[in-house]
Amino acid sequence: MPVLNIKKFSFTYPGVDHPSLKNINLPIKKNKITALIGPSGCGKSTLLRSMNRIHDLYPGNKYEGKIEFTDENKQISDILDIKKENEFIELRQKIGMIFQKPTPFPMSIFDNVAYGLKIAGVKNKTELADRVEVALKGSALWKEVHDRLNKSAMGLSGGQQQRLCIARAVAVKPEVLLFDEPTSALDPISTGAIEELIVELKKDVSIAIVTHNMQQASRISDYTAFMYLGDLVEYDKTENIFLNPKEKKTEDYITGRFG
Amino acid sequence: MEKIFQKLSLSSASLVFVLLIGIFITLYTAAKPAIDEFGFDFVTNPDWNKEVSLNPTSLTDTVVDMEEDSLDGEIIDEDDMEIADEDDDAILDEDEDDMMLDDEDDAVTKTIYGGLVPIIGTLLTTLIALAFALPIAMGIAVFLAEIAPKNIANVVGIAIELLAAIPSIIFGMWGLYYFAPIISDLFGGYQVSLLTAGLVLGVMVLPFMAAITRDSMNTTPNVLKESAYALGATKFEVIKDIIFPFSKVGIIGSIILALGRALGETMAVAFLIGSIFVLPQKITDPTISIPVAMANNFGEASGLGESALFYLALILFIISFAIISIAKFYFLKKAN
Amino acid sequence: MRLLINKIFLSLSVLSALIGLAFLAWILITLFIKGLGSFHFGLFLNDLIDGGLRNLIIGQFILAGLASIIGIPLGMAAGIYIQEYGQGRYANIIRDLSDIMMSAPSIVIGAFVYAVVVVPTGGTSGFAGAIALAIMMIPVVINTTDNMLSLVPRELREAGIALGASKYKVIIDIVIKAAKVGIMTGILLAFARIIGETAPLLFTSETSNYFSLNLTESFPSLTVSIYDLANEPEEASRDLAWAASFILTVLVLIINLSGRFITRNKK
Repeated sequence: MPVLNIKKFSFTYPGVDHPSLKNINLPIKKNKITALIGPSGCGKSTLLRSMNRIHDLYPGNKYEGKIEFTDENKQISDILDIKKENEFIELRQKIGMIFQKPTPFPMSIFDNVAYGLKIAGVKNKTELADRVEVALKGSALWKEVHDRLNKSAMGLSGGQQQRLCIARAVAVKPEVLLFDEPTSALDPISTGAIEELIVELKKDVSIAIVTHNMQQASRISDYTAFMYLGDLVEYDKTENIFLNPKEKKTEDYITGRFG
Repeated sequence: MEKIFQKLSLSSASLVFVLLIGIFITLYTAAKPAIDEFGFDFVTNPDWNKEVSLNPTSLTDTVVDMEEDSLDGEIIDEDDMEIADEDDDAILDEDEDDMMLDDEDDAVTKTIYGGLVPIIGTLLTTLIALAFALPIAMGIAVFLAEIAPKNIANVVGIAIELLAAIPSIIFGMWGLYYFAPIISDLFGGYQVSLLTAGLVLGVMVLPFMAAITRDSMNTTPNVLKESAYALGATKFEVIKDIIFPFSKVGIIGSIILALGRALGETMAVAFLIGSIFVLPQKITDPTISIPVAMANNFGEASGLGESALFYLALILFIISFAIISIAKFYFLKKAN
Repeated sequence: MRLLINKIFLSLSVLSALIGLAFLAWILITLFIKGLGSFHFGLFLNDLIDGGLRNLIIGQFILAGLASIIGIPLGMAAGIYIQEYGQGRYANIIRDLSDIMMSAPSIVIGAFVYAVVVVPTGGTSGFAGAIALAIMMIPVVINTTDNMLSLVPRELREAGIALGASKYKVIIDIVIKAAKVGIMTGILLAFARIIGETAPLLFTSETSNYFSLNLTESFPSLTVSIYDLANEPEEASRDLAWAASFILTVLVLIINLSGRFITRNKK
């Protein structure tokens, strides 16, 4: 049973005639890493950003089809049905997101990680401290920052900031994490650390990751979806996609003939 | 909570709209008696606070020999701002008399107000200010954007912006006591005049104009400049042939914006223009501008006189609204 | 020949900068000499009626402070609306109108407040003066807030939303915090501007020779009194005006510079 099941999904940006995503069918499997790859403009980020409806920050988007979300209690709901503010909040607490550039909030390291918990209603100080520590340990950042939790998060390096953002997302115990090219702004060493971390995280959460880096997709993902011009061209186990793709387009892209 | 916050911010934003409309309506309403009385002739009539007798038979207004008196009165008002209470009463009485006489339809005199002098004064001081400030401001902008090394440009830039931060009343005082005497020695004429007021106004808008012109120039992409230098162009040629054409629209917008500022400036001009309702014959003659007419006469005015001042305010508001709109929405928008 | 023209042109430009600096120096030196010449600490102890400036300085601060209390929240809320909530037309219109209002002649705003506050309440008052200054301040605060919020990266808002925070929470906890330094600088510059304003106060607060905290009557204003004093024939009054101008300018420049200093330090 996939945790997210995208069915006949189309998406149109406001003021545009043609849909940016056309009739997408894609499962995001539980405790697996699904990579979305494809040339820029193929709609992979658009698809990822539909999964937590972050698009809805800007009005006028058109959705068609279904994105079924199966939560830990096996309750199935269609993400696209959500209309109320509180339902959005609930959804986003269950489906977290990590962005291309690190997005540390302008506050201390501790407050950054605690922020999601606080707005989710956790008030107890010791519980906050415990969960922050767990999240930071889980993101392999604890050792580096445990002695300066009250310092501004802006002082961290880019790679540390990104791990902090992952800790922040993990702290609220989401069921799904969406990564939108999380390493594209980082150096190779930080990238390696983040990749290890993502693989580590799939024990607890299901992961979808957009990447422009095919090696990254092949290194860390279990499943890969190749997208092109708003269509889902091919979806399969990662080794199949990279070793014997069924579609010509996929092969061309994988072998670097375009993109 | 979300809703409340959103509503609050929306109403604050709408306040701007309400204020601007409110200013316009208020000025219009307050100016209405004067608009009804004088119509558009107000703009071309040079007489302010003048008694004219109404000749019922010929309908032509015969000027009562009041000009001298009212002028003297004006000047006394200036000097005795604090103890103008009696004058106040006198003017009040006068106005009331007029009204009563008007009502009885056998009026012999009435007071007329025309806005030509302050309108001309405003335009001329602004023109002089611009003529003076423009070349210097352009020079400063070029210096800051292109010539000075970064650290010097920073320091000079801050100094110029500090000059812009000095309250306008300081410019007025300094202008009156230190700048004007030099100017009147050089050019003759009065120390309080169109010329001195315009020049001090020029000094005042100078930093503002320089700062926004520099910002416009800074929008020129470096690659463009570099490719011109790579062809062997001199700095002057790069500035003339690349930077000016590229940022032309923005620079014009900046100049017009400075013009809008100058039009509405009160205090720097108030010290220096002389504040008399007389058309200047020479550039070194004293006269008055709209903001100064308001600043110096509002307290004592009532009735039709006050309404005429609001009429002037309305004219000033509309002119500056138009000029600023043109600068911001035509030139500066286009520049970006 | 080309090089000669180039040289002449560049020298003219440097000359312009020198002229600009010369004016600044001239004004500051004048203020310093004249102002310091008439300056003594007694000015801070006595009110205008006893030849001091105490009531005027306090009055000016109260007027500008009250204007800030009115103007800053309104301006920030409006700026937040334009940048965060406003979609399309309306927000753009408000932004444009606020831009225009920023350059509206201050004397006209004085006349407006005179008509809508002074006349209905029966006389000049501290409140009327503060309202006039607040109207001057609001568009500046809107502009700053709008600009500074626009510099906050979109991802930061999305990251907040993606954590399940509601929009106003994201704005208050994250976006405003991220833009704090810039907004504070803008507000300080706006404060420096209104505290030196004269024209909007002339017929709203007027001024008073006495110490007063009563905002419902004519209120002591440093700038308005400078204008009155400078036009009086007695040498002593004018000296007092110079001393007052000196204090005013020092205040304005300190506030202005500290605003710039905050930004610089943070960078």
